[in-house]
Amino acid sequence: MASVNVNPTRMELTRLKKKLATAVKGHRLLKDKRDELMRQFLDLVREDMELRKKVEKGLADANREFVLARSGMDEQTLSEALMAPKQEVYLKKSTKNVMSVDIPVFDYETRTPDENDMYSYGFAFTSSDLDGAVSSLSEVFKDMLKLAEVEKSCQLMSAEIEKTRRRVNALEHVIIPETQEGIRYITMKLDENERSTQVRLMKVKDMMLNEAHGYDEKLKAPVEE
Amino acid sequence: MDKICVVGDRDSIYGFAALGLSIFPTAGDHEEDAKLLRRLADGEYGIIYITESCAAALSDVIAEYAEDVFPAIIQIPGVSGNTGAGIQGVKQSVEKAVGSDILFGNDD
Repeated sequence: MASVNVNPTRMELTRLKKKLATAVKGHRLLKDKRDELMRQFLDLVREDMELRKKVEKGLADANREFVLARSGMDEQTLSEALMAPKQEVYLKKSTKNVMSVDIPVFDYETRTPDENDMYSYGFAFTSSDLDGAVSSLSEVFKDMLKLAEVEKSCQLMSAEIEKTRRRVNALEHVIIPETQEGIRYITMKLDENERSTQVRLMKVKDMMLNEAHGYDEKLKAPVEE
Repeated sequence: MDKICVVGDRDSIYGFAALGLSIFPTAGDHEEDAKLLRRLADGEYGIIYITESCAAALSDVIAEYAEDVFPAIIQIPGVSGNTGAGIQGVKQSVEKAVGSDILFGNDD
C-alpha cells in the first residue's frame, strides 16, 4: 500500500489529519452536488426527450409539405421565392448557473415586429403548398429553440455529473481510505517508538541503579552464604 | 446579437431561410464541411442546427464543441428521414450521467 511510504513523523500526522478532514468535507459537499445535479438533470432530460419527439415530428411534417411544394413548382421559382428572406431572427444568448454548471438561455427577436411576416414571395407564382410548409416550419421553430436550450443544457450537465461522480468515487474509495491508512500507520509507528523509548529508559535506569547500589552482588551474596 | 444557422444538405434546409435563419448547404466533402462548421461555430452563431446525416459525418468536429456553452450544435432530422440519431444523443447523455439508460431504455 502507498501509505507505507509516508514518513512516520508528527508533522506528517498533522498534515494527514488535515487532509482527511478536508477530504471528508469535500466528499460530503460533492455528494450533495451530485445528487442535486442528478435531480435537475432527470427533469431536464425528460423535457428534452419530449421536445425532441415533438420537434422531429413537426419537422417531418414540414419536410413532407416542402416536398409537395417542390413537386408543384419548378426549381427556379422555388429558389427565387426563398432567395431573399424577409424575416431575420436575432438570437439573444445568456447563461444561467445551475449548481456551478453554466447552461445556455436563448431568446430571440425577429427583425419585423410581426413574427408571421415571413412570406418573402408573391403568392402569384408559388404553390399554396409552400405557404403551408413555411407556416408549419415556423410553428415548430419555437420548440426548436427551446430544444436547443434544453438539449445543450442536458449535454453540459451530464458531463458535469460524470465529472462529479468520478470525484466523489475517487474521494470515497481512494483518497479517504489511503489517508486513514496513513494516519493509522503513523500513529502505530509513533506509539511503537514511544514504547521502545520507555523500555530503553527503564533498562538504562535498571543499569544505573545496579551500578550505584550493586544490587546484583547483594542478590548473589545470600546464595553464596 | 447572435444568429442561428442551419447546416445540411440543401433539400433539407432551404425552408428555414424563410424563417430568417441562415442556411449553409454542405458540399458533401468532409474537409470542406468541417471547415465550414468550424467557421460557423467560432463565428457569430449561437445555435447551429445540423441534419442528422451531416452530423454523423462531422461527429469529430461536433465533439470539439461539446464542452462549450456556445454554440449549441443540435441535430435535426433531414428530408431523407429520421435516423434516430437525435434520440440516441439524448439517451447517450442519460447514460453518461446515470451510468445506464434508466429512463428511455424501454422505449421504441
